[in-house]
Amino acid sequence: MEVILTHQAFRNCIETLAQEILGRRPDMSNTAIVGIQQGGVVVAEALYEAICRSVKGAQPDYGQIDITFYRDDLHKQILQPDKMNLPFSVDDKHILLVDDVLFTGRTIKAALDVLLDYGRPGKVELCVLVDRAEHRQFPIQADYRGITPSTASREKIKLLKEGNTGIQVVRFDDKMQ
Amino acid sequence: MQLSTPHLLGIKDLTSQDIETILSTATQFKEVLQRPIKKVPSLREVTIVNLFYENSTRTRISFELAEKRLSADTINFSASGSSVSKGETLLDTVNNILSMKVDMVVMRHASSGAPHFLAKHLPNTAIINAGDGINEHPTQALLDAFSIREKIGTLEGKKIAIIGDIQHSRVAMSNIYLLKKMGAEVTVCGPPTLIPTYIRETHNIRVEYNLKKALQWCDVANVLRIQLERQNQVLFSTLREYNRVYGVTSALLNEIQKDIVILHPGPMNRGVEIDSDVADGKHSIILQQVENGVAVRMAVLYLLGGGKKTS
Repeated sequence: MEVILTHQAFRNCIETLAQEILGRRPDMSNTAIVGIQQGGVVVAEALYEAICRSVKGAQPDYGQIDITFYRDDLHKQILQPDKMNLPFSVDDKHILLVDDVLFTGRTIKAALDVLLDYGRPGKVELCVLVDRAEHRQFPIQADYRGITPSTASREKIKLLKEGNTGIQVVRFDDKMQ
Repeated sequence: MQLSTPHLLGIKDLTSQDIETILSTATQFKEVLQRPIKKVPSLREVTIVNLFYENSTRTRISFELAEKRLSADTINFSASGSSVSKGETLLDTVNNILSMKVDMVVMRHASSGAPHFLAKHLPNTAIINAGDGINEHPTQALLDAFSIREKIGTLEGKKIAIIGDIQHSRVAMSNIYLLKKMGAEVTVCGPPTLIPTYIRETHNIRVEYNLKKALQWCDVANVLRIQLERQNQVLFSTLREYNRVYGVTSALLNEIQKDIVILHPGPMNRGVEIDSDVADGKHSIILQQVENGVAVRMAVLYLLGGGKKTS
């Protein structure tokens, strides 16, 4: 298992992403940061805090979504859902969708399906911490990306949140495949 | 996260972990039901037949709605008006339906054990018991548990009284199994003729023949209907007398000076086992039960409906 983002590098990455987002979009009114369970929520929380520290004017809304019921592999395995929380109307809102790792694009496709069942957002943008661009299976690209490491498809990239090391991103071989 | 069983035949077969999984999944489905679009695509590849050999209002509508909210295709079957009246056996009927590529069966039947019989002969089809004779009605017990937890937080250590016709009630049996597995204390209360004599020993529960004492003891009272259609002998003198001795009334609730939660699985016989001012009063969560029924059944269908093609 190899650490590809230490806790400090993660914090720096979040700070850079926050500045990039605010640079392109300084007005955060009518905007919501929405994390995708589970790793995306960790990234979204950190990003939300960083943006709230720097933003001038209105602060964005914050929410989290779970895609379990929208997965396209339910016939293979059943997963237990995580908590959903969108305490605002998504209608006409600018949604910044946040995930930890963008791999095949299937999660994002499902997340868009979830969002559309809540209403009709004005605009949806995607922000990811790790972009594994060479493995995409759907025509989905991130608007904001933290790092873009070169990876093999059998490898897994995972965000870990542990008490002693803080938040880290690791890479390891998935022996299941 | 799959259940330990491929069917839901009764609470008896579930582990406490299974129950926990179903109830926590139901919490997420309840959230789905509050949205503008109350539908998820989870079971869009699944076809479900609702096989009702016995009358039903709530359970049938609730299952059908749960199936539609999960994007499953549904077929409704009632014994009346089908070839059952021409002498077709249960297994033949179901096999014919399954040959039309149906994946799951939700069944209600007047004979105890009918869904177990189907599960034995059709091991690759998920069978969900929607009530079998006087045996079990598992999804009712699950939605009762969900509603109690929503109202008072937990089942563990809570005192639940099940009041009325225990002898003929599948709701009582499923509730007893579930509540004991989840660490609640259970008392059954009713006339001696409507409580099986063995129940104290076989299920390790309390039996109380005095309604006031049972209500004073409990945190939650689940009031059951007198199942006249299953009684073929005289077990109490008149419904009026039953109401005087075992009817839950607001006068009685005022007398015991205690906030208890009142459940009823429906259909209610107002003025018999429960008075209208109790059924519609502040203690009652009867309509919440019906609302929660859809979320709980969605959870059961979801957990049993996927993950099969690799197994």
